[in-house]
Amino acid sequence: MAEALSTSTVPHGETTKRDFLALVTGASALVGLGAIAWPLIDSMNPSKDVLALGSVEVNLAPIPEGQGITVMWRGKPVFVRHRTAKEIKEAEDVQLNQLIDPQPDSDRVKPGHAQWIVLIGICTHLGCVPLGNKPTDPRGNWGGWFCPCHGSQYDTSGRVRHGPAPANLAIPPYTFLDNTKIKIG
Amino acid sequence: MVGLHKGEFQNSLVRWIDARLPVFTLMQKEYSAFPTPKNFNYFWNFGAIATVALLIMILTGIFLAMNYVPNSALAFESVQRIMRDVNYGWLIRYVHMNGASMFFIAVYIHIFRGIYYGSYKTPRELLWMLGVLILFLMMATAFMGYVLPWGQMSYWGATVITNLFSAFPLVGKAIVTWLWGGFSVDNPTLNRFFSLHYLLPFIIVAVVGLHVAALHVSGSNNPLGIDPKGPQDTVPFHPYYTIKDSVGLCVFLIVFAIFVFFAPNFFSNPDNSIPANPMMTPPEIVPEWYLLPYYAILRSVPNKLGGVLMMFGSIFILFFLPWLDTSPVRSAKFRPIFRQLVWLLVIDVLVLGEVGAHRPEGLWIIAGRVATAYYFLFFLVLLPIIGKLERPLPLPESISRPVLGPRSGGGGGPVAGGAPAKPMEKA
Amino acid sequence: MRPMNKLVRLMRSSVLAGIFSAVLPFASVFAQGTEEPSLPHINWSFEGPFGTYDLAAAQRGFQIYKDICANCHSMNYLHYRDLSGIGLNEDQIKAIAASVEVPGGVNDSGQPITRPGRPADTFKAPFPNEQAARAANNGAYPPDQSILVLARKGGADYIYAILTGYSEPPAGMKLQPGMSYNKYFPGHQIAMPQPLQDGSVQYADGTKPTLEQEAKDVVTFLAWAAEPEMVQRKQTGVRVVLFLLMLTGLTYALKRRVWADVH
Repeated sequence: MAEALSTSTVPHGETTKRDFLALVTGASALVGLGAIAWPLIDSMNPSKDVLALGSVEVNLAPIPEGQGITVMWRGKPVFVRHRTAKEIKEAEDVQLNQLIDPQPDSDRVKPGHAQWIVLIGICTHLGCVPLGNKPTDPRGNWGGWFCPCHGSQYDTSGRVRHGPAPANLAIPPYTFLDNTKIKIG
Repeated sequence: MVGLHKGEFQNSLVRWIDARLPVFTLMQKEYSAFPTPKNFNYFWNFGAIATVALLIMILTGIFLAMNYVPNSALAFESVQRIMRDVNYGWLIRYVHMNGASMFFIAVYIHIFRGIYYGSYKTPRELLWMLGVLILFLMMATAFMGYVLPWGQMSYWGATVITNLFSAFPLVGKAIVTWLWGGFSVDNPTLNRFFSLHYLLPFIIVAVVGLHVAALHVSGSNNPLGIDPKGPQDTVPFHPYYTIKDSVGLCVFLIVFAIFVFFAPNFFSNPDNSIPANPMMTPPEIVPEWYLLPYYAILRSVPNKLGGVLMMFGSIFILFFLPWLDTSPVRSAKFRPIFRQLVWLLVIDVLVLGEVGAHRPEGLWIIAGRVATAYYFLFFLVLLPIIGKLERPLPLPESISRPVLGPRSGGGGGPVAGGAPAKPMEKA
Repeated sequence: MRPMNKLVRLMRSSVLAGIFSAVLPFASVFAQGTEEPSLPHINWSFEGPFGTYDLAAAQRGFQIYKDICANCHSMNYLHYRDLSGIGLNEDQIKAIAASVEVPGGVNDSGQPITRPGRPADTFKAPFPNEQAARAANNGAYPPDQSILVLARKGGADYIYAILTGYSEPPAGMKLQPGMSYNKYFPGHQIAMPQPLQDGSVQYADGTKPTLEQEAKDVVTFLAWAAEPEMVQRKQTGVRVVLFLLMLTGLTYALKRRVWADVH
């Protein structure tokens, strides 16, 4: 700044000095505008109270074998199903190369708790909630879940077996607090 | 005036668009080449500053509205959620909150400049009247915005101000009930105030557009109050005034930032941190500082309807200013008596503001009445009379070659011509 | 610079001088209207443009709130998770939250149940509603303390003054039943009995629990509760103002360059 002021009486090099000064000033102003924009943009991200509601505890004891329940976690349905021995076996015996999104069943359950499958109940196609958690629901050809919107089908491990969904049902982060209690989130 | 032909744009896309929709020509003509008197002082920054303040208010307001809940049971809590949980919510709210005050500061200085340098005189009467309309819309917007946090001052301010309309005979009561949407200020009132508070700023933007359009017909006034005589008296708006306005804007933003970050509650009343309680009025109800002078006028008149009429009249009167001032000379620089009276008006309004902040008792009542009297005396009596009686100082020949410089300071009486020529000060 | 000079010159002119000399003595006459004792001023850690909260004091203050104030005063806008702001760690916060029972929705047969608090819960209020609070407090309503510091003229100083302002009423003053004398409370009669005395709490960090110390600690906690964003705000502010000063300098230099050829 001092330099710019001192040269104000020198006609030579005026253009370049001004251009340089204009460039720095303009760039600084742009930086300032960017700094103003960020708080506004960030205000639309999840707020602290939304983030704080990240966990829910589920009691598994009342869920009979072969049936499931739906709980809400972060505003989304989470399927918790108590699988039968036959369902577990089917899920484990599938050839991985037959799958659209290959993943062994053992990666989708907690060790020692293979009878419990916990899934985010959102079809990976366009976000509908698949049917199959209630005993009266259609479960599709693979005994898992069936999405009414575009006909995607999932097996008892929540893996997609029939399109158009591209990926398996997602698994939320959860831990077993004890044998009959899990904490999601 | 620099006329531009479409072919002058370098970029072919710009040329293509401009041939079909001449926005670039318009911008070039109105904001770049626009010939502007070269002798502006820094008072001429405040139009641009006020515009930026308006934009800041709209921008922060839009983001606040994403988290604010216009419901009497939830509004106060939602504001607390904005302050505590929403990312940068505290910053956005404090900018909006203090922004209202900063906007009014800028506009009041802008209005003072208009009065002091006679910017309302022919041919700028409509320009001025649009400005008064903007002020009026701003006051309505600010008042409704103040209600939204649903604190004690919000609630009781809304009650008192809406009750002003009950002063009108016959229809008064019905008007107030209609404004409230019920039998007291309540949820329906809050909902409509939120709706209108969101709407009015965009109407202000439209009126600002007209204000600027009118300005670009007549061109800007200047500290000497004489019309430019030719190109030697003007400079193109860009870069000369874009850069000068930027300097003023930066200083304004520094002041703004100091309030937002270091004294965010400087302008606010502690009572508004208490949730609205329809069963208990706070011991003292005061509006925001920018409305205090009008509030003082309201309370200075012992009659209810009279007070309301005087208060609205104090703004309404400004619409007629171009015709109340009978002097052909614009700038107070060359009007010794007018200059003194204008400064007296400034003090008068400050006194009114102080009076408005105090309970009307004892000497405050007297001060309020004297100040109210001068306010109306200035516009209705003094202005028309001194326009005829005052002998203005000799006007300079042109902006770039002023023959006769203004006399400095005191005096007060008309001064005979023939003051020594002085070089014109650079803006 | 110039407009400033002009302003000063104008101010000196005879008419204005007359007005000022007429108005100023007025002001002092007006000021005599109110007769409240001036508040004692404490050097708070959170004052000034660089002030931050003394977290140790705020934690002691939370202890006082939890053990004493919370028996009557709610803090509805605070969550247990917010306590990380005064330096408590996650386990401490979980333990504090779990020490209260909060409504937990309904059980399978539709009956309302309670559960231990979680960090995401708001501070548990001592009374379910205003009527219950009044009934338990001799008809007075203990105000919510979340933003009490912002909701009182004088802020932190005022609350400190109230907490330390109890004494016997002056001779001849008759107190209403159930009221206490407090020289800083408007009207000097307050429904809240003196909440803090020397030794009201035991501090784990060995600080001596004098009345003044306790008042200072709890006010520090309440100031934090009212403006938890303050430290971040001031730090951001320093950066913003420095940036704007730089930008002003640059813009002014550019303005001088641009205007150099205009006379």
